[in-house]
Amino acid sequence: MTASQKEGRANEPLLEVDDLRTYFDTPRGIVKAVDGVSLRVDRGKTLGIVGESGSGKTVLSRSIMNLLPKANTIREGSVRFEGRELTTMKNKEMRTIWGAEMAMVLQDPMTSLNPVTKIGEQITESLGIHLNEKGKVAKAHAVELLKSVGIPAAERRLGEYPHQLSGGMRQRVTIAIALACSPKLLVADEPTTALDVTVQRQILDLLESQQTQRNMGLIIITHDLGVVAGRADEIAVMYAGRVVERAPTRELFARNRHPYTEGLLRSIPRLHQPSHSRLQAIPGRPPDLVDPPAGCPFAPRCNYAQDKCLTETPVLAPHAAGHEAACHFPVGTTAGQEALARNVAAGRTAAGTPLDSTVLATAGAA
Amino acid sequence: MYVLRRLPSLIATLLAVSILTFLMTSLLPGDPALQILGAENATPEAIAAVRAELSLDDPLPVRYLHWIGDALTGDFGRSYRTNEPVSQAIVERLPVTAEIGLLAIVIALAIAIPVGMLSAYRAGTRTDKVISSTSFGLLAVPNFMVAILLILIFAVWLGVLPATGWVNFTDNPVQNLRSALLPALSLAIAEMAVYTRLLRTDMIATLQQDFVTMARVKGVSNRRILFRHALRPSSFSLLTVAGVQVGAIIGGSVVIETLFAVPGVGRLLLEAVLVRDLLMVQGVALVIAVSYVVVNFTVDILYSYLDPRISHGRSAARV
Ligand SMILES: Nc1ncnc2c1ncn2[C@@H]1O[C@H](COP(=O)(O)OP(=O)(O)OP(=O)(O)O)[C@@H](O)[C@H]1O
Ligand code: SF4
Ligand SMILES: [Mg+2]
Repeated sequence: MTASQKEGRANEPLLEVDDLRTYFDTPRGIVKAVDGVSLRVDRGKTLGIVGESGSGKTVLSRSIMNLLPKANTIREGSVRFEGRELTTMKNKEMRTIWGAEMAMVLQDPMTSLNPVTKIGEQITESLGIHLNEKGKVAKAHAVELLKSVGIPAAERRLGEYPHQLSGGMRQRVTIAIALACSPKLLVADEPTTALDVTVQRQILDLLESQQTQRNMGLIIITHDLGVVAGRADEIAVMYAGRVVERAPTRELFARNRHPYTEGLLRSIPRLHQPSHSRLQAIPGRPPDLVDPPAGCPFAPRCNYAQDKCLTETPVLAPHAAGHEAACHFPVGTTAGQEALARNVAAGRTAAGTPLDSTVLATAGAA
Repeated sequence: MYVLRRLPSLIATLLAVSILTFLMTSLLPGDPALQILGAENATPEAIAAVRAELSLDDPLPVRYLHWIGDALTGDFGRSYRTNEPVSQAIVERLPVTAEIGLLAIVIALAIAIPVGMLSAYRAGTRTDKVISSTSFGLLAVPNFMVAILLILIFAVWLGVLPATGWVNFTDNPVQNLRSALLPALSLAIAEMAVYTRLLRTDMIATLQQDFVTMARVKGVSNRRILFRHALRPSSFSLLTVAGVQVGAIIGGSVVIETLFAVPGVGRLLLEAVLVRDLLMVQGVALVIAVSYVVVNFTVDILYSYLDPRISHGRSAARV
């Protein structure tokens, strides 16, 4: 590889997802779990993907990682990792990337470690596959990895089984496994949801410090904006299989545009304290992903909804540098304020949803 | 140690089993004395004499204690027909049944494990459907039908294996294996189908587990995922059922040993029941029941090796 080629690779994004669609062909119909998502992650940067349960976060992450079964799955669009197209890659080729260049941490450390295999073996396995390390060398490396993720008595842990460790320790082990071969991108799918609050924080701090040390790209998936608030460089908010707003973190918190994001922000009790509870603040339920109705998928739950929202599906439109939102009547714009005022006056939205008293109160005060 | 912790329950089970065996065999309809004497010799005095000799008139608990006390020293009494000590008959016949049964389990597992894994790995495809319907088909065929079919194919048409008879291992190991093969196969077919179905189900569930996804994103090959990551956690119920199915194999051996004219305990039991050879029936039934309990105890121990969560004494329910 020549110097200029190297530079070229360094300049292109680490991960570029372009109009990715992932549908499941089920007896009920086509489930549009991911419906046209575009993202970008640069080296050393953190992207937070936020959305409530069922918004397609896990499917998106597995689709990006090429982990979904081929049967009954329809996938379109492109996923480029350092310029290499992953969507058309065979598993055989993916295996040289999995573990070595892309790694993953899952939600529940109770289930993501093999219950009948010793910790040591679970760590050294990928060292053997990708770095060709065996025996003593691999073992020493494993100890080093366990130490780096803050596990005390690392040597002894190698011989233990997952059930002998606490939840937080297990998640540290899965992170050690993910980091084993120094991947360029780490995808963490709700890495702290199953853990208690104090441990959550430690794990997030650990991910952050490892990411900085290794100049790794990091995707943190969560249903809780608070988790990524102080950590992500950029946040993408997902709703019903789509990204409805995307912005640098600071910008998102300062000037959010999408009514769904507004709802998410309201549901964080205090900004820098990861909240433990599931998002309950937005009344109503996400739409059925089979045959979603025309118009904006958020309309039935949106305080701003107008007639236009019921017929025309909004697409992502730029608001500021790097800030996009998919909404006809964005929060904090004149159009948005007028829409809300109209609904407040009517006592209900164009979708027929009555406005609740808190909204009426805040709107009245404004 | 796990074995020691389990020991009290083993002893309790053995006790219960011996009582049940004794009760069931003692409560068989008909007077054993009448059988022994035959209709023409059965004068009231003769019957009374035989009953006294066998202590048949003592209360059941007393009879049980006598019987189990003797049995513990290896004395099961004598067959009234051949006058052969029951223990000797059992010692001669048990290895035959054990060999056939063990061979059947080994054959069944050797086929079911790869086939069940393949079926799970290819779940929903044609391969899986063919395997599944074949297993269901095999499950529906009674083992004596299988035996007759096997005899027809391998003994009558191909002439490669003997249809009946038995050669002791010590006399000729090769001929011994040849004489054990068809009976073992007849018992193995249904077992194989059961194991295949079971492993398929558990393996499909395991392959959907997060730790399998984790193994995939480590870059582990499919083969290694199947054998190193998924097989062991998928084999818990297979092992348990294999232990329980030993009962089915013993039951099947009664028919199969008779069909193949093999001198095992199954046939011994059948013959003894037919002529109401009370002590023989009791002895053989006890040995069979105890073997069954011991096999399942061993399975229990093996299980703790297979699943470290058990031997470490923590609850597995959390996982
Ligand atoms: N294999 C599949 N077949 C059919 N539908 C699926 C499949 N996998 C996921 N889905 C559906 O896709 C939608 C998105 O699911 P996904 O698991 O990605 O949500 P999520 O955002 O990760 O939610 P959570 O916060 O609960 O993890 C859900 O409606 C789910 O039922
Ligand atoms: S205002 Fe309209 S377009 Fe915007 S989120 Fe609400 S329903 Fe959707
Ligand atoms: Mg999820």
